[in-house]
Amino acid sequence: MTTTCIEPASTASPDVPVVDLRGLSRVFPTEPPVHALRRIDLTVMPGDHVAVVGASGSGKSTLLNVLGLLDRPTEGTYLLDEIDTADLSDRERAAERGQRIGFVFQAFHLLSHRSVEENVMLAELYRGEPRAGRLQRSIEALQQVGLGNRIGFLPTRLSGGERQRVAIARAIVGRPSLLLCDEPTGNLDSHNTGSVLELFDQLRDQGLTILVITHDANVAAHARRHVRMVDGTLTEIG
Amino acid sequence: MARSKMRLRDLADESLAGVFARPARTALTTLGTVLGIASLVATLGISRTAGNQIVDRFNELAATQVTVQARSSGGGNGSSAAQRASAGALPWSVEDRLDRLNGVVASGAVADVPNPGGVKTVPFIDPTTISERTLPVFAASPGLLEAVRGHIAAGRWFDFGHVQREDRVAVLGADIAGELGIVRIDNLPGIFIGETLFTVIGILDEAPRDRGLTGGVIIPSSTAAERFGVTKPERVVIETELGAATLIATQAAIALNPNAPESLSVNAPRDPVRTKEAVQNDVNQLFLLLGLVSLIVGAIGIANVTLVTVMERTGEIGLRRALGASRRHIAAQFLTESVALGVVGGIVGASVGILLVVSVAASREWTPVLDLWLPFVAPVVGALVGLLAGLYPSIRAARMEPVDALRSGT
Repeated sequence: MTTTCIEPASTASPDVPVVDLRGLSRVFPTEPPVHALRRIDLTVMPGDHVAVVGASGSGKSTLLNVLGLLDRPTEGTYLLDEIDTADLSDRERAAERGQRIGFVFQAFHLLSHRSVEENVMLAELYRGEPRAGRLQRSIEALQQVGLGNRIGFLPTRLSGGERQRVAIARAIVGRPSLLLCDEPTGNLDSHNTGSVLELFDQLRDQGLTILVITHDANVAAHARRHVRMVDGTLTEIG
Repeated sequence: MARSKMRLRDLADESLAGVFARPARTALTTLGTVLGIASLVATLGISRTAGNQIVDRFNELAATQVTVQARSSGGGNGSSAAQRASAGALPWSVEDRLDRLNGVVASGAVADVPNPGGVKTVPFIDPTTISERTLPVFAASPGLLEAVRGHIAAGRWFDFGHVQREDRVAVLGADIAGELGIVRIDNLPGIFIGETLFTVIGILDEAPRDRGLTGGVIIPSSTAAERFGVTKPERVVIETELGAATLIATQAAIALNPNAPESLSVNAPRDPVRTKEAVQNDVNQLFLLLGLVSLIVGAIGIANVTLVTVMERTGEIGLRRALGASRRHIAAQFLTESVALGVVGGIVGASVGILLVVSVAASREWTPVLDLWLPFVAPVVGALVGLLAGLYPSIRAARMEPVDALRSGT
């Protein structure tokens, strides 16, 4: 199935963590305040495949948002590829997101009126790089996720599993340092779940750093590291 | 440090893809702008086209009339006795003096006959209608009928022969003929003005330039002079050719009273060119206002739909932010989409407007007149409308937090 391999972009040495969290907290200033993350420490090394599990409301999604530079922590340090994200402006955070992070969402978030390769090409839109080669790279990414035969299709003509694989192709086409997945199999049946998990295994084996947030024990079982979130605190469980 | 960047061509591609993702909605959204621009172009074009026609119609009556009256004041201290004697004097022989001027179509003089006595019909025509009325009586020169664009409903108008012979003939205004019981003149009815019998030779039913004539009795100037002592006319009415009124106004006073032209007051229409401009300005302002109202409605339509689109595309906004788009990129994309809608509306609206102008002109057999710049400015106006309409929705889109957008959008 896989004919092409897209290498991760991280140029850091294998000894330098992709993610380094120190005393990270996130408090939502509601009444009363919600302490979604409480002094979290977490290090993710290149090539790690980490599963974050926990009950609803335990702070998993908040952690993913902070890791994805979609949200700012209230206190603590977050180094992404050794860059202190606290110093970044809003525009710089957007750029770092586009350069270093790939997202896979439960709801796929594909544009229904654009073809699958156009959806994949969106990932390189905000990098300001030349347009030449963009289509070719998106086709290679689609081939890597086993959708080389779906070029030109609209997402509405694809199955749920195929749509999620398009989303994965979009997430990896920019060769990110970190792939963040939020319940990636939440909308899939068992068959499609299996094929998506196989794909994650292949990407991990190719050196991509993956962090998955999930309720599904089967998904978590594919990861090499497991951490649990309970009331905003994080515990390494193996 | 890296900065989020987007190429202009990518921005254009993404915006156009957004605009044409839902063609039916795009068509409906641009409809407001299309109507606004179309009405602007059509009203400007039609007003330009119709302006000439309106001015021509206006010219037919008002712009071809010159009126001369004697000034009320006498001559100055430096005037000679002869000048004082002739000051303010209008002659009855206006046709002889004016009709030879180049540009004069017709001329005539008229005066009120003071205290002529009551007017009554001759009893033996219809004894039941014997009545004496106090009616205005006018003395007129033969040329007055044509000068006031009068129309004789029955019989005839008096001529120079009647004037030379001081005939006791009269023309009745249609408004009073019925009151006097005179409905036909083939039996040569008579009326008394004071104690003098006059033969009615005609009935005047129209005098657009001196409507008072249709409410009175008109007798020849020489007869009025002989019987009632009316020695000079009060005013002279001149019908000119189109465009000649201004020139005739300068010549008429000298022609009528060469010794003291300054003693005469000449009323001429405004310069036709200025009149045309004034009429056109009035028409343009009215139609421009209507077009602007349409355009504002169109802009509100675009703003509404763009705002709804922003709400519908919350998930897409969240996705783009996750993929590296900055707030500026989001704002720029929605603003460009709105401007593109405005440009499309402007182009289609200009085309529809031009078609309307040509159709209206063709149906009325007018020559269509359209400013050349109009079709080119219309898309720019459309773009401006789109820009203004898209500002608020774009800012709303840019202000969305990516986390919230991803959570609420699917």
